[in-house]
Amino acid sequence: MAQYQNLFTTVQATGPLHDGVPLGPGNSPRTGKQPWVSYWLGKLGNAQIGPIYLGGLGLASLILGVFAFTLIGMNMLASVGWDPIQFVRQLFWLSLEPPPPTYGLEIPPLNQGGWHLIVGLFLTASLAFWWARTYRRARALGMGTHVAWAFAAALWLYLCLGLFRPILMGSWSEGVPYGIFPHLDWTAAFSLRYGNLFYNPFHALSIVFLYGATLLFAMHGATILAVTRFGGEREIEQIIDRGTASERAGLFWRWTMGFNATMESIHRWAWWFAVLCPITGGIGILLTGTVVDNWYLWAIKHGVAPPYPDVFPAAVDPALSSGG
Amino acid sequence: MAMLSFEKKYRVRGGTLLGGDLFDFWVGPFYVGFFGVTTAFFTFLGTALILWGASQGPTWNLWQINIAPPDLSYGLALAPLMEGGLWQLITVCAIGAFGSWLLREVEICRKLGMGYHVPFAFGVAILAYVTLVVVRPVLMGAWGHGFPYGIFSHLDWVSNVGYQYLHFHYNPAHMLAVSFFFATVFALSLHGSLILSATNPAPGTEVKTPEHEDTFFRDFIGYSIGTLGIHRLGLFLALAAVLFSALCIVISGPFWSLGWPEWWSWWLNLPIWSQWPLS
Repeated sequence: MAQYQNLFTTVQATGPLHDGVPLGPGNSPRTGKQPWVSYWLGKLGNAQIGPIYLGGLGLASLILGVFAFTLIGMNMLASVGWDPIQFVRQLFWLSLEPPPPTYGLEIPPLNQGGWHLIVGLFLTASLAFWWARTYRRARALGMGTHVAWAFAAALWLYLCLGLFRPILMGSWSEGVPYGIFPHLDWTAAFSLRYGNLFYNPFHALSIVFLYGATLLFAMHGATILAVTRFGGEREIEQIIDRGTASERAGLFWRWTMGFNATMESIHRWAWWFAVLCPITGGIGILLTGTVVDNWYLWAIKHGVAPPYPDVFPAAVDPALSSGG
Repeated sequence: MAMLSFEKKYRVRGGTLLGGDLFDFWVGPFYVGFFGVTTAFFTFLGTALILWGASQGPTWNLWQINIAPPDLSYGLALAPLMEGGLWQLITVCAIGAFGSWLLREVEICRKLGMGYHVPFAFGVAILAYVTLVVVRPVLMGAWGHGFPYGIFSHLDWVSNVGYQYLHFHYNPAHMLAVSFFFATVFALSLHGSLILSATNPAPGTEVKTPEHEDTFFRDFIGYSIGTLGIHRLGLFLALAAVLFSALCIVISGPFWSLGWPEWWSWWLNLPIWSQWPLS
């Protein structure tokens, strides 16, 4: 009794390519008048690649982004003596580090973290232009600006980590290094320094929204795929004029767990879960080291975490022993 | 009867896997079915065991209630109730309840003429749970390797097990899992935003069409995956996150017992460059 589950598009209709909804005055022309068609991409989603709108904001964002990326790479290359083989070999371990704490919020020499600040400046500017681009592209098509505000939530987390918290702590050394393993080391060291971030309630909330958003996308993606035989993927149409796909999708969850979203409200749930993940995460970062020095002791104080039983002999604090 | 305006015509008999018409009814908004009965059985029994375990424990503080697995010395044997036996019974109840819930979802899918994507996806989540509390403990030779049932106790378990491997972020499957989690949230924010921005357009303008959605994403990044594709992509990303999470913990211990940072030495020692010292 095998049934077709619509996991891949088996028959691809090839029609005239869509150049896009016409743009009003004041817009640049789109780039790529002859879009590609990818057969294998068409198995999963749309086969058409392009055109793209570049525009002044996109161009500025790309240039600044490439600049920041290149500066990180060149600093890493310099750190292995400009040896391209060692660059590839040690790439995951290489890093562009923030300045040492002695410089506080002053401008350090280039090779003492100065490059780190410059990269941060270029990257922030690049992201700001990209944010403006998401806003302008939506408005140019007469659409809402929900993408821009969701992106702003991610920027909030980025700025908390690299700008707001270092300023509150009074030192650029608090910034995150640019590098694959080094940023993971920073994360682990950050958690250990402040008494285990698992006891930080905003970290917990951020994880809840991370897992919650993943759960929601699994539920939503699966539900829509399960009703594609009734045209469920035509979500805008289903929102405006509810059809049997929406009714079945809603009843599935109502009968399963006693509650269901609507075709529109599921996207509001999705948006808020996704957006609250970086918002709460940023709050958790901002409070760490500024307001709370040790999240474990904070959790003990508020009766949230249990005190560990004394099963090991008392540790001697090396800072208190003489002769160190 | 808590029924939606259009609900009555969908409440038809049939589609059950077990029990024929016997359990083919609703209670309020909930569909029951044979597996609804077994779900209720395992859920009430498991919850009661948790409550009873909590009553025998030192605290009613919600954050600190803890039902711990047996000591490692019990190996794969049954333990006395207060020595982890409760944890073992609760685990059986949880797996029974999750499995029943999945099969109940299958029955609802059949009743509504839907595909089986939701129960399949739920099965992946159950697989991850079973990996944590059954597969890995069995491979490690003791139920004590399961995680404790409690809010902060399970966080402590994650923390402690992570540091047993020095630095869990270096676990390659963990890296992929985290990347897939972030990618899922990223894609969900974009999908939610796109639908809301098309149906809640600029003030004074009409609701937009899928052509506008495709145009926005092509203008934005040069590609729009489309209304059907985004749901395939989202489901794939979410399930990949869960599958790599299960993989990253089941390889820790049974297949790699050193620190995860050390695992990467194979890359540094590849024969194409191992003749040179690390500068």
